[in-house]
Amino acid sequence: MTTAPRAVVVILAAGLVMLAAATLVARDRVYPRSVAETRELYLTSGDTIGTLSLGFDSVLADVYWIRAIQHFAGDQKSHLTTGRYELLGPLIDITTSLDPYFITAYIFGALFLAEPFPTGPGRLDLGVALLEKGLRAEPSQWQYPQYIGFLHYWHSGDRREAARQFERAAAIPGAPVWLKPLAASMFVEGGDREAARTILELLIQSEERWLRDLARRKLQELGPA
Amino acid sequence: MTRVRLVAWHVFKESVRDRVLFAIGGFAILLVVASVLIGQITAGQDVRIIKNLGLATIEMSGVLMAVFIGVGLVSREIERRSIYSLLAKPLHRWEFIVGKYLGLVGTLAVNVALMALALFLVLTWYNVTTPQGSFASPVPIVDPALLKVLVLITAELMLLTAVALLVSTFSSSGVMSTVLTLGVWVVGLLSAELRGFSVLTSSPMLGSLVQIIGTIVPAFSEFDVKAEVVNGRPPVAWGYVWMTVAYAVTYAAGLVGAAIAVFSRKEFT
Repeated sequence: MTTAPRAVVVILAAGLVMLAAATLVARDRVYPRSVAETRELYLTSGDTIGTLSLGFDSVLADVYWIRAIQHFAGDQKSHLTTGRYELLGPLIDITTSLDPYFITAYIFGALFLAEPFPTGPGRLDLGVALLEKGLRAEPSQWQYPQYIGFLHYWHSGDRREAARQFERAAAIPGAPVWLKPLAASMFVEGGDREAARTILELLIQSEERWLRDLARRKLQELGPA
Repeated sequence: MTRVRLVAWHVFKESVRDRVLFAIGGFAILLVVASVLIGQITAGQDVRIIKNLGLATIEMSGVLMAVFIGVGLVSREIERRSIYSLLAKPLHRWEFIVGKYLGLVGTLAVNVALMALALFLVLTWYNVTTPQGSFASPVPIVDPALLKVLVLITAELMLLTAVALLVSTFSSSGVMSTVLTLGVWVVGLLSAELRGFSVLTSSPMLGSLVQIIGTIVPAFSEFDVKAEVVNGRPPVAWGYVWMTVAYAVTYAAGLVGAAIAVFSRKEFT
């Protein structure tokens, strides 16, 4: 084959591939496929999927996490009136069962789940349960109770519960020192001045000077007991 | 065209003698028949399991045949040095490539037909021996709609064979060719996700790039209507099937053209 016919063959081949892609686009316009088929979850048990994964648990966890994000993002733009976000909980549950140390899945999963409708399913209970599951898997992760606190602060408005969760997070070794003043402020917001005072009095004994100063200032703001 | 037919016939004869084909085909038919046993332990979902398992077996064994035989279509001739005597004959290189392709597609079509026959025989036997009203599904047991799945599986294998043939023209390593062809198949199975990636990323450039890749790669995910046909809903129109076949034929023709272009440049020393 000489150069000229070869070039024709190459151009023709490229043209055919483009034509094929156009056929597919045309087919999808004429015969749009139902989206319902992708809204199914055949296996709902993370343990079963883990057994079937033959040692590829972590990779499968990533796959389910990607599917969870796609489901969340897709349903945010969806016009469905029923069943929106229905697979989000199971998908994240499977993800975290396959990889119990997947911090991002716990935190972002909980944030997604607690997001009020229509931008999320509005399931604060499931979000909190997910973070509790993470804490059971890894009790040293102070971020989980911290985020439970945030979820209560943002979505239920329960300041006392938020403060209790911040206090719980602060009690975990390795937690940042600012969690305690945060818990104290939250107790004040929630109207529990005594609890706030107890935390601030503890903070006055801190080795960190800025923390001691902050605690002193906050105690003055609280006024006498 | 006689020469193309001759090459195709030789490929067909050679393929049916291949032990790999016998092994995969035999195993597939065994699995289709064994699905009856598996169906017994599924609490009322026996027909569904037989159909699902049977169709999946037909598809998977076809994929294995297309890949393992397809990647050796050209490279094996070079390896065995039989290419010299072939090209010394009054045979154009394009005729050689097209003949090889059609030969394997024919082999695969016959295999799919045989396995489909086994599946239909099992379903017919089941239909006759099982008392009426014992299954929950409103879909008939011997369902003609299964032909839609089988047509699409054949079209998918046609496209996959074209990929394997193209790889076979430039890769000299069998392992490498197999991995590459299977890699294209896997990426093709994810093509729908790739095309929808743009809505998930904030970077328009990345989104467009992935969308282009998703549009260009052979869309193997588009041939899968097994769940719809087995469940009987949503219905799959024959128009959908034929347009998908048209896609496979056009794309495969493009790939065979590319294989001809690569093979015509090849120098044999």
